Amino acid sequence: MSASERIATRRRVLKGMMGGAAVTVGLPLLDCFLNTNGTAMAATGASVPNVFGTWFWGCGLTPGRWEPSKVGANFDIKPEIAPLEPYKKHLNVYSGMKAYLDGKPPRPHSSGRQAAFSGDVPADGKELASIDSLISDVIGGRTRFRSLEVACTGNPRDTVSRRSATVANSSEGSAARFYARVFGPEFKDPNSADFKPDPRALAEKSALTAVKEERIALMNQLGASDKQRLDEYFTSLRELEKRLELELVKPAPVAACSTPKDPGKTAGENGKYYSGVDIDGVIENNKLFSQIMAYALACDQTRVFNISFSDAQSSLRKAGDTTTHHILTHEEAIDEKLGYQPRATWFTTVIMAGLAETVKHLASIREGDKTLLDRTLLFASSDGGFAKIHSTENIPMFTVGGAGGRIKTGMHIQAKGDAVTRVGLTLQQVMGVSASSWGTMSMQTSKPFSEIIA
Amino acid sequence: MRNVFKKKAWLGAAAVALALAACSQADMGTKTATTTSKEAVASNTVVAGGPVVMRRLTQKQYEQTIADLFGKDIIVGGPFEPDQREAGLLAVGAGQVSVAASGVEQYNKMGRNIAAQVVDEKNRTVLIGCTPANAKQPDDACAKQFLARVGKFLYRRPLTDSELNSRVAAAHEAAKLRGNFYLGLETSLATLLVSPQFLFVQEATVTDKKGNIRLDGYSKASRLSFLLWNNAPDDELLAAAAKGDLDTPKGLAKQVDRMIASPRLEDGLRAFFTDMLEFDRYETLSKDSTLYPKFNFKVGEEEKEQTLRTIVDHLITRNGDYRDLFTTRHTYLTRTLAAIYEVPLKSVNAGWQPYEFAPDSGHAGILTHASFVSLHSHPGRTSPTLRGKALREALLCQRVPDPPGNVNFAIVQDTNNPNFKTVRQRLTAHATEAMCTGCHKIMDPMGLALENFDTVGGYRKDENGTKIDASGELDGVKFNDAAGLGQVLRNNANATSCVVNRIYSYGLGRKPTKSETEWLKTVALKNFEADGYKIPMLLKRIATSDTFFRVIPADTAAPKVAAAQ
Repeated sequence: MSASERIATRRRVLKGMMGGAAVTVGLPLLDCFLNTNGTAMAATGASVPNVFGTWFWGCGLTPGRWEPSKVGANFDIKPEIAPLEPYKKHLNVYSGMKAYLDGKPPRPHSSGRQAAFSGDVPADGKELASIDSLISDVIGGRTRFRSLEVACTGNPRDTVSRRSATVANSSEGSAARFYARVFGPEFKDPNSADFKPDPRALAEKSALTAVKEERIALMNQLGASDKQRLDEYFTSLRELEKRLELELVKPAPVAACSTPKDPGKTAGENGKYYSGVDIDGVIENNKLFSQIMAYALACDQTRVFNISFSDAQSSLRKAGDTTTHHILTHEEAIDEKLGYQPRATWFTTVIMAGLAETVKHLASIREGDKTLLDRTLLFASSDGGFAKIHSTENIPMFTVGGAGGRIKTGMHIQAKGDAVTRVGLTLQQVMGVSASSWGTMSMQTSKPFSEIIA
Repeated sequence: MRNVFKKKAWLGAAAVALALAACSQADMGTKTATTTSKEAVASNTVVAGGPVVMRRLTQKQYEQTIADLFGKDIIVGGPFEPDQREAGLLAVGAGQVSVAASGVEQYNKMGRNIAAQVVDEKNRTVLIGCTPANAKQPDDACAKQFLARVGKFLYRRPLTDSELNSRVAAAHEAAKLRGNFYLGLETSLATLLVSPQFLFVQEATVTDKKGNIRLDGYSKASRLSFLLWNNAPDDELLAAAAKGDLDTPKGLAKQVDRMIASPRLEDGLRAFFTDMLEFDRYETLSKDSTLYPKFNFKVGEEEKEQTLRTIVDHLITRNGDYRDLFTTRHTYLTRTLAAIYEVPLKSVNAGWQPYEFAPDSGHAGILTHASFVSLHSHPGRTSPTLRGKALREALLCQRVPDPPGNVNFAIVQDTNNPNFKTVRQRLTAHATEAMCTGCHKIMDPMGLALENFDTVGGYRKDENGTKIDASGELDGVKFNDAAGLGQVLRNNANATSCVVNRIYSYGLGRKPTKSETEWLKTVALKNFEADGYKIPMLLKRIATSDTFFRVIPADTAAPKVAAAQ
């Protein structure tokens, strides 16, 4: 039974029960809803939904210090990704992936990200939909939030997620606000025995008709590009309407759902946005965000998420230091003995530890005999390769998690200048997007890494 | 710092020449006063106009509309979806964005909270203006009266019958569902606040008697009001629009004069300069608290306010010459800012006090304000490059090309050599820096002139025991220090054409078309010069011009703009 059918059925049940009467739906809960493999909801037979996430950081990794020497299974872990060692069997490493610019002027710290996440390097700056949006179109429509975005820097502009050139999914920058948004008063515990639909939600949903009625008259007044933007607004309004519909039905029980701890006001909060390029603040934010996000996924509040650890040019810095990660990548000399930039590289190791922290939270949620990580596909990548020269070659790309068994893990895929879009296409197919090709110009590809699609 | 750039200047001549080709003065639209066309176009020359652009309300516009309508005590909340900067302005970005699902979620939450405050017991008598026959029942008459009144201000025109009726019906149904008239009204008001007709400024066109396509009166009212006040039209302006007054030169001039004389012009100018000077970036500006313990979020707010106060005082109160903003030593300070600048204030009172920097203080003009040097610095150190880039882009409307990417990788990487270490050694010594030098030459000389100001705006004579050399040049004119830079900038023709162009774009929410650009250059700029570079006068000339309201049909808009640019 699909979610929409379930909603319809419940709506029928609830019909006529509004106006304040409590509705108690006695349903058996907890682990009995999972079959013995933890892969299906026993009561309905529906698959436990897979989730997709992205994890972004700026300034890449040092060539030669992250790509495993061994190709395929049982690969070796190089120093800059050492924090990921505990998750090696869940990890795939994609090396040698390149962003092709096709003669377009490179935009440092943008072109590589655009290629990796949207499959295109726009000459005019107008970015295409990001991969998480394409995936959310398939898996994101049945939850309270189509997707959730957070930025550990506190800057709402730090996001890789966008639906189109004119719609960016901006990030939540405060862990306290993020908690309130997901687990605040509007959160309906799916495992609660009592359910009382709020007449306010019904009234609001009904009143939205007045806004929707304005659509046609408005559309007729506008030029082509404004029409498209207005259409996008109404698509977003439809999301609001769906959320109100969900508020009116008792949510399906989710065994692994529980409420995380409220982080309260985080350090550095200034009443507006917490601006945390200070590495300690960013690490703390990532920890809080990752935890709340894992709980949000476990409670099926969303199935798509995006975490930005840093901005695209990584302004991360240590307290008391006059430089930043970004400045160091350009200005620090390569230590001849070590063969790399020790101070800049300190940041990349911390960043990879941040990725491991996020994975830890996903892996810590048990669902039957599996974990949330097993049904997750987390895609981590950056804005380029070797940051010192703004390279868009050898962009580090990783996936963590098994997508419910749909992707083989523990693999090192070694490409030799293949377009980054091969990874993106693979991920879309794993997540059920019916795309046979992806990317533009030289990056258009119809060749996923089929050897890892299970 | 200084040594680094000197070193760069010595890099290979061939590489420098190559870089300059991509970063030449001509490419950047740099010009001097003498190259401006002498062939003035008479102000009555027909300008083709441009497309109407649907603009998303900015956070400030949203907040000011709510404050005007329901009072300043109503808490708006947030956060808003971030605005997007295009062509140097958030106002232009507002014409290119839509709203994400999370944005509608947030607008809905804010709308619901605002509506709840409006119908709250302590506010309802004043804000609703009528009382229902029975508070537990719908009351269509009272709902209609209220929704028609607030709807007119939110939509910036009267609601149509069908719009109003559907809102009254929504209030009716919600009152029944929620068992309360006020809660019903709350639900209906919230739908006005989430409507695209409130959240986007949409302009409607009419065909006049001569067959020309024109903005209708209400759309003209919005254009004027957002340009001059950064706010929705008030009652009087809407009434003038309804009567057709804005379609006659006399009626239009009367309203424009009234608006420019209004204290709200200050809101408008503050909003414009906040946008042009990129002060929105203060929201995420941070400084290293170990190195610069004096800086915090509140100090950042004061830095911004210092410059805005100076601008308002100079341009409105004193009706001063725009160019003198780059040289004036007159400003306003708080005790906190005085501590950063290390200058004494006459009064020990808290709050803002007028202050005149001494002639030998090194401080002259808004470039030497903390708001400029601090905003365009790294958290822990200054950046001549960022400062120079901001000066070129924000104040001279020039575009500094992005730094090169990936350029030399293929050239220098010896793929036959498996030893990464050697490749890196080559990379460290390669000519990448030379590729950058051309563009740095057009940013750094101005930025270096501001090296006397540290990353939070404090004045320093030395750095690491060495006297700072703040000399430099801008477009071939040399100077010795920051005050000299201000003087050169003051006399740079791009500085004045830039502000004219920006104000016009700001008013339309898009870049000017080719014919509008020509009008700006040959009519608006010349008048600006003749008027002594007075901004209120510039605003008046734009707001009363035929050009500002000329539009082309929506369906053909897109290709025409593309061709024009």
